[in-house]
Amino acid sequence: MSMVTAEASASTNGKKLESVETVVVRYCGDSGDGMQIVGNQMTNASAAFGNDVSTLPDFPAEIRAPAGSLFGVSGYQLCFSNRDIFTPGDEVDTLVAMNPAALKTNIADLKRGGTLIVNEDAFDKSGLQKALYEANPLDDDQLMAKFRLHKVPMARLNRDAVEGLGLSPREADRCRNFFALGLTYWLYDRDPKPTEEWIKSKFGKKPEIAEANMRALRAGMNYGFSTEAFTVHYHVPPAKLQPGKYRKITGNEAVAMGLATLAKLSGKMVFFAGYPITPASDILHELSMLKHFGVKTFQAEDEIAAMSAVVGGAFAGELAVTASSGPGICLKGEAMGLGLMTELPMVIINVQRGGPSTGLPTKTEQSDLLLSMFGRNGESPIPIVAASGPGDCFVMIQEAFRIATEFMCPVMFLSDGYIANGAEPWRIPNVEDLPRLKIEHLETFNGDGVLLPYKRNEKLARPWVKPGTKGLEHRIGGLEKADITGNIDYSPKNHQHMVKTRAAKVAGIANYIPEQEVEGPTSGKLLVISWGGTYGAVRTAVQEAQTAGKSVAHTHLKYMNPFPKNLGTILKSYDKVLVPELNNGQLRMLLRDQYLVDAKGYNKIEGKPFLISELVNAIDEILA
Amino acid sequence: MTVELPTLAPKDFASDQEVRWCPRCGDYSILAQMKKVLPTLGIAKEKFCFVSGIGCSSRFPYYMNTYGLHGIHGRAPAIATGVKLCRPELQVWVITGDGDALSIGGNHFIHAIRRNVDMKIILFNNQIYGLTKGQYSPTSPVGVKTKSTPYGSIDHPANPLSVAIGVEATFVARSVDVDIKHLTMVLERAAHHKGTAFVEVYQDCNVFNSGAFEYATDKEVKGDNIVYLEHGKPLIFGKNRDKGIRVREGNRVEIVQLGGDVKEDDLLFHDEKTPDPSLAFLLSRMRHPEFPEPMGIFRAVERTTYDESVNKQVEDSRKKFGEGDVEKLLNSGDTWFVN
Repeated sequence: MSMVTAEASASTNGKKLESVETVVVRYCGDSGDGMQIVGNQMTNASAAFGNDVSTLPDFPAEIRAPAGSLFGVSGYQLCFSNRDIFTPGDEVDTLVAMNPAALKTNIADLKRGGTLIVNEDAFDKSGLQKALYEANPLDDDQLMAKFRLHKVPMARLNRDAVEGLGLSPREADRCRNFFALGLTYWLYDRDPKPTEEWIKSKFGKKPEIAEANMRALRAGMNYGFSTEAFTVHYHVPPAKLQPGKYRKITGNEAVAMGLATLAKLSGKMVFFAGYPITPASDILHELSMLKHFGVKTFQAEDEIAAMSAVVGGAFAGELAVTASSGPGICLKGEAMGLGLMTELPMVIINVQRGGPSTGLPTKTEQSDLLLSMFGRNGESPIPIVAASGPGDCFVMIQEAFRIATEFMCPVMFLSDGYIANGAEPWRIPNVEDLPRLKIEHLETFNGDGVLLPYKRNEKLARPWVKPGTKGLEHRIGGLEKADITGNIDYSPKNHQHMVKTRAAKVAGIANYIPEQEVEGPTSGKLLVISWGGTYGAVRTAVQEAQTAGKSVAHTHLKYMNPFPKNLGTILKSYDKVLVPELNNGQLRMLLRDQYLVDAKGYNKIEGKPFLISELVNAIDEILA
Repeated sequence: MTVELPTLAPKDFASDQEVRWCPRCGDYSILAQMKKVLPTLGIAKEKFCFVSGIGCSSRFPYYMNTYGLHGIHGRAPAIATGVKLCRPELQVWVITGDGDALSIGGNHFIHAIRRNVDMKIILFNNQIYGLTKGQYSPTSPVGVKTKSTPYGSIDHPANPLSVAIGVEATFVARSVDVDIKHLTMVLERAAHHKGTAFVEVYQDCNVFNSGAFEYATDKEVKGDNIVYLEHGKPLIFGKNRDKGIRVREGNRVEIVQLGGDVKEDDLLFHDEKTPDPSLAFLLSRMRHPEFPEPMGIFRAVERTTYDESVNKQVEDSRKKFGEGDVEKLLNSGDTWFVN
């Protein structure tokens, strides 16, 4: 928590209101404790107030793990600030732990001197046992001396607050999260109104539940206001963001909105076929509510069927797209190859998660870059784009379809668990400024009285024919084709020609994408190069290093295949190249291969995003 | 306004590609009957789309002068679902084989059928893998010796019709490659069905599994080995049409000799329209040599198709929420201004 002013700027009930710049709060409890809900509410309240926000929901793979167990802990971290921020923060300023298991699994991230709020009632014998504590950690004076501990009997206070509403003890206890939220609202001077409205609309049909949650929220706020324990609370002034109208957005929401926008503005149907998989399912959920935009969704029987249906949809002449994560992408490989061979436009969304195999379904990783590059049989290059953050998903999903339709090929769109579920304030674009796809279907012969399905234009793209078009009946498939006619052709020279042509087509996309830009000096000692969802952390770390006077620049890739055509020149303008990635060095391998640069990696494979501090250290080390 | 459709002939549906199946392959007959049926449907040529998987049968789309997509092994029903959902005005045909549909593509096969996507699935069943040169397939009988079963197959075979009826197919039929008139009739019926029409065609692979269906094609014996299904008519068979099928207690069937005590009225009367799939399933269990195998339409019932429902939800959404408005969408949820 960085302070702007330390002096008391306001005072109520004899308590100081201090102004601070940036705050990191984490709520953690059982997966049934409603931590995601309160995290979300705090985010909305902070965003609505005008802070910049960045969030990191962290939930277990098990939906209902045994109550109180260590592996059932669900957390939600958010950072809000009066500055531009790009990450949910390294260290936690205030940790709210609803039970001993939550305390045990999260205490390491709370900074020294940080505020620790615990639900004291959950620290009974059974709770401690489930968390494998031999003694009550709250009695460990040495440990607790590091923090500003607030033991709050939340269960009891909450039950008292909702008394008289005729709720069962279980129903009453389920409001506890709003008590905790109320307490943090007081602590950070948040306006409860948006949350109260949300409660009203959410529980509209159950007025007693709505009332109970409102009372719990108020009770939490009042507890902070009136108890002796809390002597200070904090105020984070609004951030100086670019003027405009804002909303909060997650990566998955942005993808869905981008697709619906595309359907509407290009006058084409978006056909989405998918199979449920964490962390990509929300795209299917969101899109299935946007049918009136001209979106058709199809929940297929498996990943292979989803990809196959996309190939069918693309052949049928619509904007076909699927979304999945690592294990599903593996299954889609063969059908992706069919899309590549038939040279039809389609987009494959890969919301990356920890792998291999089932791996870490709910944790983030960037480990499918090489799978995207090479995960099909034969010589099978496809273009790859990667979004740099939640809001950027809106832009890049449309860009993926621009490339797919201009060049007639499948395009891989990379997101990851972190940006898919993480939220940030998003400046709402003007509809007039959004790109419109110009799609032309061939409607007459392109040869002398015949259709030539594989006759190419200057971008090496073949024509897109909509079945149903009179006179252009034709057959395509996965067997090697003769160029121009598209007839089956296994001859040696033709195969070589077609492999080279498909590769040249993808490589040529470099002429139709923006050149790579660098933040910082155009030459110097160190270039830090990142891609995808690590943008915020890497940018912030490089800025810190630059402020400290170091000769370091940052460039962030969104076009992964082909790379922007000036990338080679950029890489050779610095003495050293550092590639921080949430994998074991996949971009580094591609850079070394394509540009023969001695790029060094900083690789973290813990299922978690980068901390700014570790990147700053990595930069220091390589410059030392 | 009526649109005048050009009168088409079978030759209009022939593509310019040389047909490359082995000489005397059963596939030739199926191709010929298909070309005969399509011009009778009153549908413009560009409105047909053939989708296939991998295998000998799956080369079929290349030989039809319609829209066609030669897909990947087992996935044709899924690919075709995508085509149909995006271009509802097309008549979509899936051409598949016993390995393609029931082994590698078993999952897509059952799900397309249970959803009742409006497509015709024609399964060329030759009880063998032909393209890979002679391994046993999921419909090969136990004991059959093939390249991969030198000591005889130990796999219990799948019954394609029972599988389809088990997932409540709305149209199920069977025919034989060389029974030209019957095959034409069955394909025509399939073409007119709205929903998934599943047709199993016994097809002779004269190279790797020659004569597998001789019992059902040989003029000398087929009368005793097959029974033709006709809606509303009793199941009578036999070279001299003197035998019938009767339902016993416990929902089982038996062969009875006509004449004497047994009258035609005692026999099982076929009802392809009964909503309950039990009768069709019972018929699908009649296998050679214990029973004559039924040929014809086992089941033809009406149910809303999946593609109709998908389109309806889009229309209903437009009615309910109005035409999608990008401006509104982007500005939905909690918004705030920064000055």
